[in-house]
Amino acid sequence: MTALAHVPTSTGQPAGPPPPPRHDRHRLLPYLLLLPGAAWLLLFFAVPLFQLAAASLYDPTGSLSTGYALTWAFGNYPDVLQAYWPQFARSFGYAGIALLLALLMGYPLAYAIAQKAGRWKNLLLVCVVAPMFTSFLVRTLAWKTILSDNGWLVGLLRDVHLLGPDGRLLATPVAVVLGLTYNFLPFLVLPLYASLERLDYRLLEAASDLYASPVQIFRKVTLPLSMPGLIAGTLLFFIPATGDYINAELLGTPNEYMIGNVIDSAFLVRLDYPQGAALSFLLMAAILAVVFGYLRRAGTEEVL
Amino acid sequence: MKFSRWLADHWVMGVALLVLGYLSLPILVVAALSFNRPSSRLSYDFNEFTLDNWRQPCATSDMCDAVLRSVQIGFIATVVATVLGTLMAFALVRHRFTGRSGINLLIFLPMATPELVMGTSLLALFVSAGVPQGFWTVVIAHVMFCVSFVVVTVKARLAGMDRRLEEAAADLYASPWQTFRLVTLPLVLPGIVAAALLAFSLSFDDFIITNFNAGTTVTFPMYVWGAAQRGIPPQVNVIGTAMFVIALLLVGLTSLRGRRSRRAGLPVAPAAGRRAKSPT
Repeated sequence: MTALAHVPTSTGQPAGPPPPPRHDRHRLLPYLLLLPGAAWLLLFFAVPLFQLAAASLYDPTGSLSTGYALTWAFGNYPDVLQAYWPQFARSFGYAGIALLLALLMGYPLAYAIAQKAGRWKNLLLVCVVAPMFTSFLVRTLAWKTILSDNGWLVGLLRDVHLLGPDGRLLATPVAVVLGLTYNFLPFLVLPLYASLERLDYRLLEAASDLYASPVQIFRKVTLPLSMPGLIAGTLLFFIPATGDYINAELLGTPNEYMIGNVIDSAFLVRLDYPQGAALSFLLMAAILAVVFGYLRRAGTEEVL
Repeated sequence: MKFSRWLADHWVMGVALLVLGYLSLPILVVAALSFNRPSSRLSYDFNEFTLDNWRQPCATSDMCDAVLRSVQIGFIATVVATVLGTLMAFALVRHRFTGRSGINLLIFLPMATPELVMGTSLLALFVSAGVPQGFWTVVIAHVMFCVSFVVVTVKARLAGMDRRLEEAAADLYASPWQTFRLVTLPLVLPGIVAAALLAFSLSFDDFIITNFNAGTTVTFPMYVWGAAQRGIPPQVNVIGTAMFVIALLLVGLTSLRGRRSRRAGLPVAPAAGRRAKSPT
């Protein structure tokens, strides 16, 4: 019976090696590969979001020891908003100002590395990510030393009368915004760099040959072409900056507390879960609203 | 007017160097403070040079326990997240299946969600399910937020790989397993190693999610957070500096290896060049 299989090859042609076997891909294989990771993400990322939503609608008079009842208490939302709107406003205000500062610093930096650095490019990139090599909290605490009342920076600012004789930097909104800018700047610079690195220098030369001024070149050529990186970088900066409360805690005072500080104490100190959950959900909704509003504007409108 | 031309050409680089200075300043301060003998527990100012902190990094034993715990958690979370994420990356790059957009969304969302929301929602889940919080709930949380970053990193490497190499192996009668072990895996390995290093650094440095799910377990960032109220022992800066130096050495080693294999004419997958640098 096996001889039959060889009949076609034995008709005249030299008998070469048999064709390599074909391996049919198992149809279930991709699902098997995905299953453990997807299950983990579903169970520990997606399901908890529903649990958080449920917790935000618990009866606010319950407590952790007596147990909470799900009473669909939508009133929790206006209640927390009324009590904590200053911290909410501060979160978005500080993150917004920090974002502006980061754009002013990050764009020239990304541009210089991408277009001007030549063979120093890789070294400068390492310098950009270098802060992330050490611990977030330790490097934030370093700002306490830099901005300290006895430090050289405050001394200098006092000498040139930018600060009064008792003026401080630490424990002020300035310190918190500086810390936010510093901690999340690399997230803005890296995507921006990736976009600007692909920028064809000849386009800039062409614009300049056609008598465009440097400002016009930037507005009409460089900026539009760097939009994808700019959008990605802005989001990567803004989302963690809004939710951050480490800078406000370490560099500020309760007067600078952001919404994260309130959520932290609601869950871990006051053990008021409905309130903490409602605040968390509001934060996520607010961030999503800002992000989608921004994406729509950036996506549909001509920039400048 | 020569100076104004020079300025026009070079101001961008000047600003860039200033910004790099702003980014590097805290690292220099951490390194300096690791040699400091503070005047009091609550003082953050530089007082007096000493080598004691480096000689006895574990003088406050709580801190070294916390570092050890962070390493343990980071190690377990990295292994699990790297395996899960690599499998998912293979499925996404190498297979066609229905439900791809749903899976992509599931991978993307954890990277776009504020840590605060992930941390509190996991806390809500663990509390309502009656799971006691501690070492293992932190591991679960860390695996969760590391998986997405592993998928993205390994995917970039896989997508940039030359499929013809595997076809050549199959043509030369390698079984699927042999092809995978002898061709695919060695080519993807740099991506997997990069993903694992990223996962470890994310896990080791995480504070917000950990803080909500650790119970009484203390990791290194949580130790620093707690100590910030009571006064920071200067050894914290020794750990900060040591972390920085180790990470820098790792980056230096990998870039040296990459340069050497390129010089020797060995194939470097295209993903190793531009793509690996773009943030993911």
